[in-house]
Amino acid sequence: MPIAKRFALLLVMIVASLILAACGQTPPAAPAAPTTEPAPEPAAELDPVRLQLKWVAQAQFAGYYAALDQGFYTEEGLDVTIRPGGPDIVPEQVVASGQAEFGINWMASLLATREQGVPLVNIAQIYTRAGMRHLAWADSGIASPEDFAGRNIAVWFGGNEYNLLATLSKFNLDPDTDLNLVQQPFDMNLLLNREVDAAAAMTYNELYQVLSAGHTIEELNIIDYNELGTAMPEDGIFVSETWLTADPANKDIAARFVRASIKGWAYCRDNVDSCVDSVLSQDSGGVMTREAQTWQMNEVNKLIWGDPIDPSTTVGFLEPALFDFAAATALEFGVITQPADPAAYTHEIWETASP
Amino acid sequence: MVTAVRRMLPVVGLVAVLLLIWEGSKVLFGISDQRLPHLGDIVTTMFTRTQGGNGPLLLVQMLINAWATLRVAMGGFFIGGLLGFGLALLFMRMPILERGLMPYVIGSQTVPILAIAPMVVVGLGRMGAEPWVAKIFVAAYLTFFPVTIGMLRGLRSASPQSLDLMRSYAASSLQTFWKLRLPASLPYLFASLKIAASASVIGAIVAELPSGSSEGIGVMILNAAQFYNSRPPALYLAILVAGLIGVVFYGLVALAERLIVKR
Repeated sequence: MPIAKRFALLLVMIVASLILAACGQTPPAAPAAPTTEPAPEPAAELDPVRLQLKWVAQAQFAGYYAALDQGFYTEEGLDVTIRPGGPDIVPEQVVASGQAEFGINWMASLLATREQGVPLVNIAQIYTRAGMRHLAWADSGIASPEDFAGRNIAVWFGGNEYNLLATLSKFNLDPDTDLNLVQQPFDMNLLLNREVDAAAAMTYNELYQVLSAGHTIEELNIIDYNELGTAMPEDGIFVSETWLTADPANKDIAARFVRASIKGWAYCRDNVDSCVDSVLSQDSGGVMTREAQTWQMNEVNKLIWGDPIDPSTTVGFLEPALFDFAAATALEFGVITQPADPAAYTHEIWETASP
Repeated sequence: MVTAVRRMLPVVGLVAVLLLIWEGSKVLFGISDQRLPHLGDIVTTMFTRTQGGNGPLLLVQMLINAWATLRVAMGGFFIGGLLGFGLALLFMRMPILERGLMPYVIGSQTVPILAIAPMVVVGLGRMGAEPWVAKIFVAAYLTFFPVTIGMLRGLRSASPQSLDLMRSYAASSLQTFWKLRLPASLPYLFASLKIAASASVIGAIVAELPSGSSEGIGVMILNAAQFYNSRPPALYLAILVAGLIGVVFYGLVALAERLIVKR
């Protein structure tokens, strides 16, 4: 075959496959099954905004998915896109670069990012309590942090270790000499295989993993940082100050977003099953189980509304004392080198959003 | 019919051996179902429904997501292939450029793609580009290198005798290129295109992870890994499908080669 013909053939192949590739351009991903009644008809003028989650879609973020599915965002005139996170996604970066208006993350990483000159501001502290615990086997004799001395203690580094460090400091334990800190992977095998004496766990996730591995809660001693007063604030909504002040309309958008989100969380408090459905409808990979997400939903509700659930809980208002503790802890353990600026949070949006 | 059976025999035999190794090592080393699920469980998982029992079959979702990844890989493959082709031509015509630029071309491939991909995704995203642009960029980034090297080698593969013959015909350098160098380079080109095909799939998957997208086999792997404890077979299935994408793309390039070169 002459070379010109061969290349003509190659060209035809390339064009054909490009056309084929372009044909499938409409994203076929996960058509969210309408598990509840469809959202109200989209009003003419919806403000498009994006929410960047801290992690992959799960019941940890159920309130936002519920607000979307139940039409609370639409009622507030918002067209919200929820972007799931992952190990390589830093919500602060995404919000700072303007690829999302709202982000969910913990206070410590917000303070660290702020110090690098990125003006992020917490506008609503959704989790009123911390979900982080340390789990120890009851037969290991660890009942309180002072028993950590001389033991192997696993913890997630990279921003999730400050509860433990603040606690050790409170009990006058030196993390370098008095005990052996172990880098914890994102599973509980170190604890399950008894390679460490205690390991970090979120109530809504890792605790369930340990229990579903065939253990009972009686086999565990659970160290609760909320009780020790050394719990850093967890999931909160933040925005970029630049975006917030760029246009007076943005403060209004933010207030509507916070209002609808809190409404979503209130809905999840009262309708666990429906919210679990909303989360499961995100699971195009077929990897979630209803049992695990229901557990997670119930635990997350406790972190927002208290245990036992108290519907009169003030959600979204960051207690200044909690911020001061977080800022002091962050400074003490080198998350930040300068005292944190109180402008890292504002009540203004929350106050506008509150009825 | 007999030849067909004879041709299928090695394939079937290999699958049987793999099955035996998989299940055998489970028994032999006592590997729990949590660490290494039974192959039967992986097959069963394919036919479970997603989205809490309301969605399509997992296998269907996997294939839809595999197609999303393959599309990106193809886009990156063509762009990277053209770039590699262009660079090879440039280097052939101007060896001084080759000496100057080749270290950078090689250097570009020794930096781990895992480190580059998030930078590309964040950087391009900051400039307002759609996420698929970054994904295609990373796929193209992994593609251009083997094509450059293979094509350059191919363009220089014509024998001195053939080149002398062209010279004795007083052929112009364009004619020499068109009638001698290019046909001689085709086997080398396709060898490198086949490497590039699987590399572009890797690039597409790696770029999916930091881009926060909701489709693609990389996203499936990420989610399956995240929820590994609740359903181990899903992760193995996602990885198998990811491998399948590479095999399919490789097969397409091999098919193109057969149509173009072997006649």
